[in-house]
Order: sequence, then C-alpha cells, then structure tokens
Amino acid sequence: MQLRGAGRRYGERAALRDVTLELEAGRTLVVFGPNGAGKTTLLRMLATLLRPHAGEVRVLGRPLPDDGYAVRGRIGFLSHEALLYRELSGRENLRFYARLHRVAPARVDAVLEAVGMTGRGDDPVAELSRGMIQRLAIARAVLHEPDLLLLDEPLANLDPAAAAQVAPLIGPDSGATRVVTSHDPAGGLQGADLALGLKAARVAFLAPTAEIGPAQIGELYR
Amino acid sequence: MRSTVATLLAKELTLEWRTRESVPAMVLFSIATYVVFHFGLDRDRVTGDLASGVLVVTLLFAAILGINRLFVAEHEQGGFDGFLLAPVDRTAMLVAKAVALFCFLCIVEVFALPAFALLLLGPPLTQALPALVLVLLLANAGIAVIGTLVAGLAIQTRARDLIVPLLALPLLVPVVLAAARSATPLLQDGGAGALPGNWMAMLAIYDLLFALIAFAVFDFLLED
Ligand SMILES: Nc1ncnc2c1ncn2[C@@H]1O[C@H](COP(=O)(O)OP(=O)(O)OP(=O)(O)O)[C@@H](O)[C@H]1O
Ligand SMILES: [Mg+2]
Repeated sequence: MQLRGAGRRYGERAALRDVTLELEAGRTLVVFGPNGAGKTTLLRMLATLLRPHAGEVRVLGRPLPDDGYAVRGRIGFLSHEALLYRELSGRENLRFYARLHRVAPARVDAVLEAVGMTGRGDDPVAELSRGMIQRLAIARAVLHEPDLLLLDEPLANLDPAAAAQVAPLIGPDSGATRVVTSHDPAGGLQGADLALGLKAARVAFLAPTAEIGPAQIGELYR
Repeated sequence: MRSTVATLLAKELTLEWRTRESVPAMVLFSIATYVVFHFGLDRDRVTGDLASGVLVVTLLFAAILGINRLFVAEHEQGGFDGFLLAPVDRTAMLVAKAVALFCFLCIVEVFALPAFALLLLGPPLTQALPALVLVLLLANAGIAVIGTLVAGLAIQTRARDLIVPLLALPLLVPVVLAAARSATPLLQDGGAGALPGNWMAMLAIYDLLFALIAFAVFDFLLED
C-alpha cells in the first residue's frame, strides 16, 4: 500500500491533505486522531469507496481509482456502519454477501461461529444489541478472507471477551495487511508496526510504533 | 452478472415481503384514488380515453411512492457500500432494482385493476383484459427503468421526495401518453377495439431507449 500526497475534499472542506506513507504487505498501520481528523475518510479512500482528489494511491499494488475493480474483492472493510440489512438475520446478511463475493455457504457458518453469533444468527439484525451487530459486521468484513483489512474502530461496543474472540479474525495474527483506526493510545499501538497521527486533515506524525509514545498521541487531542 | 442479479433480486423481494413497505402503500393509494375519482367525477362509469387516462395516471402516481423508497434501505443501512465493495458488475443493481420495481407494479395492478373495473369502468373488463395486460406490462417496464434511474439519482440528494416526482413525471409523460392511447380503444363502450400498433410501438421504443440510457449511466450514479 502506497500513498503519495493523497488528498480528499468534501465540497470546499478538505478532509485529508497531503498524506504520504507506505505500508508493506502483512504489516499493520494504526491511525490516531481526534473526531473529524480524517481517519474514516482515509479508510474509505483505501476501500475504493471515495476517489482521491489529489495525489497517488496504490492499494495491493494497484493504482486507485483506475484499478479499483481489481482490488475490491480483496479488501475487508469494517466501517462505522455495519453494512447489514436490519430486516434480515445475521445469517441471511452473510449469505447475501457470500454470494456477492462468491464464497462457499459453509464459510458463513464458520465466521458466525468464530464471532460467537451462531446462537443469535437467525434473529433480525434490528433486534440485536450494538455489540452483537459489531460482531456480525466483523464476520461480514472477513467473510471473503481479504488480503487487506480496513478497520474503523473495530472494537467499538465489544466487551473484553468478544474483543479477545475476534482477535484471530482481525488481529495482527490474521495474516492480512491492516489499517486500524483507534482512540485508545495503549491498545491501538499493540500489534501495530506503524503509527499515523492525523489532526485537522493533516499528518501530525508518522513513525514506527516503537518511536511513538502516549505523549505524542495525547498531543493530537489537545 | 446473472447470478449477481438473482442474489440482489432475492434480497429485494425478501426485504419487501418482511417490511411490506412499498407494495401495500401503492395498492392502497391506487384504490383510494379510484374511489376519489368515483366521487369526484360523479360518475360510476367512464369509458374510452377518460377511462384509460384515469387508469394509467393513477398507476403512475402510485409508482412514484415505490420509486421514492427504492434505494432507501441501501442508503440508510449501508447496502450501497456493501455492494460497491463486492467484486461484481455494478449494472447488476440497476437490473435487480428495475426488475423488483416491475414486479411490485405488476402486483399492484392485480389489486388496482379490479378496483378500477368495479368503481369506474363502464364496459366489462374481461374482453379487453389480455390486450390491456400487454399495454400495462410495457408501461411497467418503462416506469421501472426510468424510476430506478431517477431513484438512484435522487437518493444522493437531500430533497429526495421532491426530486423523484420532479424528474420522474416529465420523463414518464411519453410512457403515460403511449400507454393511455394504447388502452383507449380497449376500454370503449360496445366491445374492445383493436390495439393501436403505432402507440404500442412507441411505448416499446421509449422503454428500450431508456433501458440503454440507464445501462450507460447507472455506473456513474453509484460512483462517488
Ligand atoms: N459525507 C460527508 N460530507 C461532508 N463532509 C464530510 C463527510 N464525511 C466526513 N466529512 C468531513 O470530513 C472531515 C473528516 O471526517 P472523518 O469522518 O474522516 O473523521 P474521523 O477522523 O473518522 O472522525 P471520528 O473520530 O469522529 O470518526 C470532517 O470534517 C467531516 O465533517
Ligand atoms: Mg471516523
């Protein structure tokens, strides 16, 4: 993954400016920044959902937006929204996405089990708690065994047990290249190789995690 | 592409079956409108061009309700993002939505036509029915394609409820015109006349034209 001077606007307002970074395959980038700093914008851009307005963006070795079609099926995107239909059950939602991604139906049961939702998998999503929905959203994001995981605050609403349970799917040992946003200085740095600090749409710091301390992260939020 | 369309369409029909959001509203709207015409026109039998006009225009207004709701679940529940992240042909969503809307309109007419015959129509419906069904199927196809295109455009904007009728009604004037003219001889007093071939041809050509336009531009509607 490679960004050179990447930028994105919404109307007149810049949401992301001049981001340059490189992430090797299999590594993890953690993104810190206050609300509105541009973290979600960065992730949506990498997910091919937003086209970059400036600079160059390469994902899984392919230039965006031109080669978006080639990388789409290899990206797992966990966004703020669960991307699940509320009137369908978790299982029905996952079956739907499995068909779109041409994944075998057996995989649906496997990921449901892995996120601990086998028991409530047949309830409509509308009737589930926030944490349960987040578990299903994680199941959806990893359903097609993506090479690149884009995780927007992946542990939001999860209890500690659930967080531990989903770690093999979306954690450092998942084997995928990962970009993770976080508001938790200590937890966020764990298992990450590179840390990016965003503030008001600009890069505040970009360094290996070993060189980043709580002080620098705290500075972002001041 | 075929299997993607099938997957999307199955999801579409399941959601409508669960929520019953569009079809019942469209059915109730059209029946209520025929009741209003029944009293508003102060007649219990209309024929010919008046009958076909009332029939078709009411169905068009009912369709607007369904068009308005066509992409709401995708927009509000993240279906667009989920779909855009999948390695599939994006035109599949256009086809699936248009086919779903087409099915909804057909179901609505199963209820609306008897109500129309009961409340307003002078001559008996039975004789004209096969030809009338043909006219309505062609009209439904046009409404489905144009409606999907307009709905896809409007969902990106804030004033969806305003944009949909404002765009769809003018674009659908030729469909209404051709469908109403085609149906007129069918609903005449003293037995159904022959289908006017030129109006039917115009309806079919307009449907085809917009199907091609929709194919060409729908990708751009979904793109950021
Ligand atoms: N759809 C949108 N339309 C207009 N502006 C937007 C849109 N999405 C985000 N923005 C703006 O872009 C900027 C960056 O937003 P972004 O969602 O990337 O922040 P974030 O770092 O993810 O914040 P949070 O921690 O709250 O999730 C903000 O100023 C926001 O107002
Ligand atoms: Mg965010």
